[in-house]
Amino acid sequence: MIIKEEIKNIVSEFEALHSGQFASVVAATPAFLKNIYNQSIAKFKSIGLPNRKNENYKYLDIANLFTKNYEKAITPTQVKVDINDIFKCDVPELDTNAIIILNGFYFSPDGNKINTLPSGAVVGSLSQAIIDYPELVEKYLNKSAEKSDEGLVALNSAFIQDGVFIYVPKDAKLEKPLQIIHLMMESKSIMAQHRNLFVFEEGSEGKVVICDHSLSPSEFLTNSVSEIFAAENAKIEVVRMQNEHNSSKQLTNTFIDQQKDSDVIINTLTLHGGTVRNNLFVNLNDEGCQNRAYGLNLTDRNQQVDNYVYINHAKPNCHSTQLYKGVLDDEAKGAFSGRIFVAPDAQKTEAFQNNNTMLLTDDAQMRSKPQLEIYADDVKCSHGSTSGQLDEDALFYMKARGIGDKEARMLLMFAFAHEIISKISVEPLFERVNNLVEKRLRGEMSRCNNCMMACDTNQKNN
Amino acid sequence: MLKIENLHASINGKEILKGVNLEINPGEVHAIMGPNGAGKSTLSSIIAGKEIYEVTAGKITFDGINLLELAPEERACAGVFMGFQYPIEIPGVSMVNFMRTAVNEHRKYRGQEPLLAADFLKLMRDKKALVEIDSKLTNRSVNEGFSGGEKKKNEIFQMAMLEPKLAVLDETDSGLDIDALRIVANGVNKLKTKDNATIVITHYQRLLDYIVPDFVHVLYQGKIVKTAGKELALELEDKGYDWIKKQFD
Repeated sequence: MIIKEEIKNIVSEFEALHSGQFASVVAATPAFLKNIYNQSIAKFKSIGLPNRKNENYKYLDIANLFTKNYEKAITPTQVKVDINDIFKCDVPELDTNAIIILNGFYFSPDGNKINTLPSGAVVGSLSQAIIDYPELVEKYLNKSAEKSDEGLVALNSAFIQDGVFIYVPKDAKLEKPLQIIHLMMESKSIMAQHRNLFVFEEGSEGKVVICDHSLSPSEFLTNSVSEIFAAENAKIEVVRMQNEHNSSKQLTNTFIDQQKDSDVIINTLTLHGGTVRNNLFVNLNDEGCQNRAYGLNLTDRNQQVDNYVYINHAKPNCHSTQLYKGVLDDEAKGAFSGRIFVAPDAQKTEAFQNNNTMLLTDDAQMRSKPQLEIYADDVKCSHGSTSGQLDEDALFYMKARGIGDKEARMLLMFAFAHEIISKISVEPLFERVNNLVEKRLRGEMSRCNNCMMACDTNQKNN
Repeated sequence: MLKIENLHASINGKEILKGVNLEINPGEVHAIMGPNGAGKSTLSSIIAGKEIYEVTAGKITFDGINLLELAPEERACAGVFMGFQYPIEIPGVSMVNFMRTAVNEHRKYRGQEPLLAADFLKLMRDKKALVEIDSKLTNRSVNEGFSGGEKKKNEIFQMAMLEPKLAVLDETDSGLDIDALRIVANGVNKLKTKDNATIVITHYQRLLDYIVPDFVHVLYQGKIVKTAGKELALELEDKGYDWIKKQFD
């Protein structure tokens, strides 16, 4: 385990970057953002990075991921080739408005960094929104994240530069799903920290698909924060597909802040990645909120996927469901830690948490910790966790019908994973994910883009 | 078609079958009866290829090939069907997907192309009608939430879909009411041809009112101790197994 002294050194390096090179890059930043920078770097300094002594990070030494000397991406990457030549989303019928974030920065081949859609929604680069819509950004940016005492979140906030900004005005509906493609592509090892801000006003609706990809074989570290605000009656569905290579370390922190009668679904599908940690923080701030959080990870070799979910039932009459499933093969490791917090006056809360894992080998490891913390007395809550192997009786039954061992295992694994996939309502994506998950379970390549670089295979230090 | 010679088998070191001999020819229906613990289910499990049993002596040939050398899925594709006493529920795997995979694995084994979707669905429809199974059942996950009777009907439906040469029905009548019993038996009778054969394993004579056997065998203490025509079943119903037991204990 990485020790305190080493964490101190890592923190000092970030501080030096913050007051040095970074300060000069962001010299022209508005005052409100500079305040965020200053508060956040101070907070980061006092919290530092989590190591295994932190209960929530017991099975994944986050600080250790930072010991490699990544170059910090604080300026946009200059791309010499046309990115469309090497990356093309392979969900052909996926009719979306697509946005590319390259190494943490909005990538716009035509220089157009922000758009207003016919619905009135504003979609584009966060850095451009800071210039074009400063009041809007100031009103929301960091408002969820600043309450967090996560070192990773403070670190991201101290270096906010770019990412995706979505603003959907009152009663507007996004015409099509928005697709955000986070790409990592660099010949060196780099660290990037994008920041997304989605604001859905009263009665608005929309679907957002987020794809995380790595396009070159270098080692990458991503520490991202997404803040999602759902005002009264807003309806949002977010599907995140993580598909990075074995040398990537991906840390995501997602905040969902819900107001009265809002309804948010978030589905995180981790198909591939070296080390992945997803933190999800949901605040149900008023009555009648519904939140459904789903997760699926298909993990093999020595990959590790950790999911942490915190649901705060602050007010009465809200409903939340968490269902996370994992299939672990080879020596893969997984962890799930969930906590449902029900405040003293949050009566009539309904909250259900479940984590199910299928272990395909004796060497795969899963740690699961579903937790309930209830201070109200009239609630319906449950939590549960299972880990197990494929059902031998079901396998024999299938074989007795002529289905071979491999195919029978596939059917069972797929059935297990399908429950999560079936929650996706974005039609062609649902089909495609079905397909991808099947390929992934069959051990075939699961890259969901026509990427020419086979950075997925033959990695050293994977 | 099927020839079992001097079959000995054990589980966890305990010998269950102690020299079974049985020969089945195309077009025949055989009933195997016997008291609890005689080894009836062990015999059917061994024919299907369940690995928990160890065959310690003897052999089973099916159409001239050594059945014991085949994996369970190869036996199924070669034409051996096992109707389970307790069919397994498989949540999340739809009946359609399950049957399509099974049918196509059989076709692959015979060197045929997979069925086109439309042809497959037509086959499903035809067989559903044949065995009188409700469409609602085939739209669900395999056996999930099925009643005991529905599970057994589903076994016969699968048998109709896969058209085996030899069907081994392990206590298909257990847990069935009289209507379900009739439907299951009708299904088996409709599927009977001069080229296939059926082994019906049962405790009671009742099923044999509907599926009329050519031979009735009594399995006791791991051996077939008596073989006769269908009248033997009636005699057993009348006298009980004690009559047999007395002769061999």
